[in-house]
Amino acid sequence: MSHLPILPVLIPLLTAGLLLVMHGMGTTSKRAVSSASVVSLVVISILLLSEASEGLIQAYRLGNWPAPFGIVLVVDRLAALMVILTAILAAVVLLSALSGTDTQGRHFHVFFQLQIAGLNGAFLTGDLFNLFVFFEILLLASYALLVHGGGLPRTRAGLAYVVVNLAGSALFLIALGLTYGTLGTLNMADLALVLPRIASDDQAFVRTTLALLNAVFVLKAALLPLGFWLPHVYTAATLPVAVLFVIMTKVGIYALLRVSTIGFVMAPFTADLLHPWLAWLAIGTIALGSLGALAATRLSIVVANIVMISSGTLLFGIAAGSITAHAALLYYLVNTTVVAAGLFLLTDLVSRHRGEVADVFAKGPRLTAILTTGGAYLILALAASGAPPSSGFLAKIMVMQSLQNTNTAIGAWAALLLSGFVVALVLARAASMFLWEPGRADKYPSHPGQVGQMPSNTRNSEIALLGMIACTLVITLGAAPISAYTRATAEQIAMPASYVESVLGDASAIKRERRL
Amino acid sequence: MELLVSAAIGILTASGLYLILRPTTFSVVLGLTLLSYAVNALIFFGGRLGAFAPPLILPGTSGHADPLPQALVLTAIVIGFGMTAYLVALALKAKGESGSDHVDAGEE
Repeated sequence: MSHLPILPVLIPLLTAGLLLVMHGMGTTSKRAVSSASVVSLVVISILLLSEASEGLIQAYRLGNWPAPFGIVLVVDRLAALMVILTAILAAVVLLSALSGTDTQGRHFHVFFQLQIAGLNGAFLTGDLFNLFVFFEILLLASYALLVHGGGLPRTRAGLAYVVVNLAGSALFLIALGLTYGTLGTLNMADLALVLPRIASDDQAFVRTTLALLNAVFVLKAALLPLGFWLPHVYTAATLPVAVLFVIMTKVGIYALLRVSTIGFVMAPFTADLLHPWLAWLAIGTIALGSLGALAATRLSIVVANIVMISSGTLLFGIAAGSITAHAALLYYLVNTTVVAAGLFLLTDLVSRHRGEVADVFAKGPRLTAILTTGGAYLILALAASGAPPSSGFLAKIMVMQSLQNTNTAIGAWAALLLSGFVVALVLARAASMFLWEPGRADKYPSHPGQVGQMPSNTRNSEIALLGMIACTLVITLGAAPISAYTRATAEQIAMPASYVESVLGDASAIKRERRL
Repeated sequence: MELLVSAAIGILTASGLYLILRPTTFSVVLGLTLLSYAVNALIFFGGRLGAFAPPLILPGTSGHADPLPQALVLTAIVIGFGMTAYLVALALKAKGESGSDHVDAGEE
């Protein structure tokens, strides 16, 4: 058995411990350790991806305890894709944080590594309770990262965020307790086996339980009735942290996708659990995100609302549930993560250039590097609004095509097109403010970038931004191989039987005591 | 017995929810604590109520107590405790910075 699948969790976890021990040592050595961990994660996730792309599902049993009794990690195409996305994002976040954000508060690198451990664990685990544990690890790290840098607005946003997520965790535990109480298992593969055998008396109860579970994922993905926390939190965070948070909503989407494809489809009474109302939630989320973007007074609020719109768009793929929809969803997910991360990095650069005015839509010092910053802005804005020839255009076309034959196709198309229009409008308005409406120079005497605690060295952030733009180019030019991979992923998760078999082996050999 | 236990969990949850919806962080912390009590009890009783189920596998015993909810509830207690501690620290920080326990304190 190869030990590769555990490494994406183990390396950042051990690094976090090491960094805690190294507390008294200099910044340089801490940065070196943190960077070494991220670089090795990138390498490992590439190896995992190349293994997963052969189509085999790898189950890693900790301590060799047989599933469903032991802890199991599962690497399939979907998990490998999410892990590599996390690794790329982590590299970008670290690069931009190294320009000085990491020294604005204590233990930045510790929490950063813990958050990556939690993210990778959530993507790799094959067990609902461990999903909860990894959620908590990534949340606890995110609580600390959110207030990194200090200040009352961050504390206030942090307080609201922690309370919302603690309530969400309580809901998660209620769902898990009820699931275990009725089904007698929390292993996802085992769940798929047990669900079809539920007596008809218990079916309504099981449906309720699983609906509660979905409500938790809806909260994490910031979808409509439970998504109001997102713009508040993302705009309060230090910008490199906000870049890392972009993948957190994707964890909710991932969990919805995983649970709905592995668990629910196996039994007729849960197969339709998500479908009647998910598409409407998606439309609502997109509408809310668009209104939020229109009402925004700062660029970072616009980007946070773009994250929300993309969550809604991703939900369409889950609601439709077909192989093409899932394939389109995954392609869109890769693209939107990269684009939103790039936009947050750009916001960081813009607010550093503009000093005190930061990213507020108000007259301020004119941006100096118009050609480079403006060029980056143009590319990312095109991708965010889904205009050709960007990667966002391809992704949106795929999503729209895959929704063609669903009941809510008209609503979905209208929501997608209108939200793209709104995003284009808002970003264009912001650009004209930043690039062409400079305030009087004598009103802003301070050197741009030197104000307050803002670190002045922007070179790292520029490299990180360049990396993200290169990624959008790769997604555009490499659309054929990437969409082939997402297509294969969608086909793989559409056959839960092979997942169950590789996790549980010979399922009939599992001895169970009959539950009362 | 089942009725008593489920009523207790229900009342704990309801009181917890009521307190979470209050506008001061102190009551919110208390509410979340009550909620986590309710949740822990729920997980624990997911292993079924029973007074005489043997906890260990010994020769001649059958109908053992389910060990998994016990393990799950331990994990849940530890995590809940850690999170509550962090929340209390954050609430104190917020009170120190804004001078009030109210959620809207310091809002202009």
